[in-house]
Amino acid sequence: MWLRAGITTLLVLSAVAARAEVALHVIYLRQEVEHPPVLSNLDTVPEDLGLAGARLGLEDNRTTGRFLAHDYSMEEVSVPPGGDLIAPAREALSETAMLVLDAPAADVLRVADLPEAQGALIFSISAPEDALRAGDCRANVLHTLPSLAMRSDALMQFLVKRRWSDLAMVQGAHPEDQAWGAALAASAAKFGLKLRDTKTWAYDADMRRSAFSEGPLFTQELKDPDILLVADERHDFARYLAYNTWTPVPMAGSEGLRAEAWAPVVEQWGAAQLQSRFVKAAGRGMRPEDWAAWAAMRSLGEAVTRTGEAQADVLRAYLLSEDFELGGFKGRPLSYRPWNGQLRQPIPLTTERAMVAMAPLEGFLHRVNELDTLGADRAESACTAFGG
Amino acid sequence: MIRAALIACLAAAPAGAAEIWVTNEKDNSISVIDVARMEVIRTIPTGERPRGITFNSDYSRVYICASDSDAVQVMDPVSGEILHDLPSGEDPEQFVLAPDDRHLYIANEDDAITTVVDVETRQVVAQIDVGIEPEGMAVSPDGKYVVTTSETTNMAHWIDTASRKIVANTLVDSRPRHAEFIHDGAQLWVSAEIGGTVSVIDSATHAETGKVRFAVKGVHPDLIQPVGFAFTPDEGTAFVALGPSNHVAVVNTETLEVEDYILVGRRVWHMAFSPDHKWLFTTNGVSGDVSVIDVEKREAVRSIKVGRYPWGAAVRP
Repeated sequence: MWLRAGITTLLVLSAVAARAEVALHVIYLRQEVEHPPVLSNLDTVPEDLGLAGARLGLEDNRTTGRFLAHDYSMEEVSVPPGGDLIAPAREALSETAMLVLDAPAADVLRVADLPEAQGALIFSISAPEDALRAGDCRANVLHTLPSLAMRSDALMQFLVKRRWSDLAMVQGAHPEDQAWGAALAASAAKFGLKLRDTKTWAYDADMRRSAFSEGPLFTQELKDPDILLVADERHDFARYLAYNTWTPVPMAGSEGLRAEAWAPVVEQWGAAQLQSRFVKAAGRGMRPEDWAAWAAMRSLGEAVTRTGEAQADVLRAYLLSEDFELGGFKGRPLSYRPWNGQLRQPIPLTTERAMVAMAPLEGFLHRVNELDTLGADRAESACTAFGG
Repeated sequence: MIRAALIACLAAAPAGAAEIWVTNEKDNSISVIDVARMEVIRTIPTGERPRGITFNSDYSRVYICASDSDAVQVMDPVSGEILHDLPSGEDPEQFVLAPDDRHLYIANEDDAITTVVDVETRQVVAQIDVGIEPEGMAVSPDGKYVVTTSETTNMAHWIDTASRKIVANTLVDSRPRHAEFIHDGAQLWVSAEIGGTVSVIDSATHAETGKVRFAVKGVHPDLIQPVGFAFTPDEGTAFVALGPSNHVAVVNTETLEVEDYILVGRRVWHMAFSPDHKWLFTTNGVSGDVSVIDVEKREAVRSIKVGRYPWGAAVRP
């Protein structure tokens, strides 16, 4: 299909961007956010979270591009917490139509609704809200990070297969805890599991010193669930509840068994290679936002490779078509849901040390694509911006 | 005692007691299967994470990619002794020995490089930049071209063995894993694991001329992931391992239609024929065994337990 006679000559010249037949320029636009303090001093949020994944994706695209005389470049723009995102967004959109946007949901909408963004191709890589894929969806925004509902559905499929149907939940008081808790509760109902009790963790004591005595008392009235769900997306208190419960009970949600786009323990399907390339480049393990940013860059790269074009409208049409498929190291080809721009993907269920299972679990069937058993399906979608 | 008995047994074995050598990725060993008895008769320790395996043309040497030892090991197949290591570049996964029996072309998965090693001088003679995660390796029968497939770049790279430069690149479907020449080198076949297809490429134009697609009843299309494959001696039929679908497809190489699907062990990966081509041995990584396919009847007749994560297979006649 592709014959490049004299490719060696092109190889030598491909460093010169001007000689490239096709050039794709991406701007990685980040709205930095404050990370409130948590009890543990052990974990920090990497400064290059997300960004490191995009950089690796750029390198992957460049390697492929070398053989086809396709040129890839990426500029990084980062706005400090509280800073103005809109001016740099406008400037970025005047330079290129391709954005990788690392920003909270409200900012995603502000950027997507700019007049300059109409006709752009924006990849949202760190906003998990389902609303962005439903009533608040935008035709110029694609999502490579799975939604909260996709993650909670993945977890509930596992519990259904295990027949661990009697659930209780402890959720934090922060908005992201409440959102994740709501997603878990909705998925439990969807899959017919019984969420008996939900308690809110609102204590400000230093759990590190008191968990041994406080944890059992706090969880006593939750009786004896099959599994204790925890919604603690800042990873503040729930880690101290492990083993400090009234009855011996495993945890899932924000601690214990987790359902995320990616985790450093995924190693099957060639994933060990992606992990080692990432560690070599970034000096740390690959996290969900890193994977989502990598997948955004690779989606663009794959679309440019297959179409030989770099215009936003051509790439968007190809990405949303049935011809597009991305190898994402999760064991199945990945594609975009044409009704809301969400990247379909398996979701690994992991502990700190190993992958426990990969969702969709066996037996959760779908008429079109089993990956659509995770999150809102086409028939349930409130998104109309994609003409669905 | 056991070892002495084995050696005696080996010595007593008639000439032509063919064997299938299987690398066990997670056991750092080779399981040697006696074709006539259809059982493991020897287990030989290797370097770390053995994957690709191939014999030289007179079967006096066996080469093993010890991926995590970053070496290609050279073994005396009679004694099972490692004679020496070859420099291989990092993380060698698959390789192919040129018809001159002298140049080994090695895919270095972590480094996006194909390394060429002279097995006599034991020197690296060239390193060629290829796409990301090179894996499949093939050499044309006349030795003029070597092909490397790269899993994330999704290409077959054509390397001119005289100049040791890439002369063409052919885009294939997602995650190409294995390549083989057929029809005297006139065609190249490349399997694409995530794409779920096998591409047929014309060697003169480097252009794709056909594609094999698969559909196994009761198996989701996403789980049909072609990896290793092999041709019958008449080149009329290809057997294609379909990974986690646990089936081997039987493909008519003229029509490119699938004629049969054979149920084998879990995550079927690579394969080797017995010397008489009556039996086909497939490595099944997840079930840790080797399935034996009756080639004429097109059914699996036996499974042989080997080590953990069997990967490559090679015949020793």
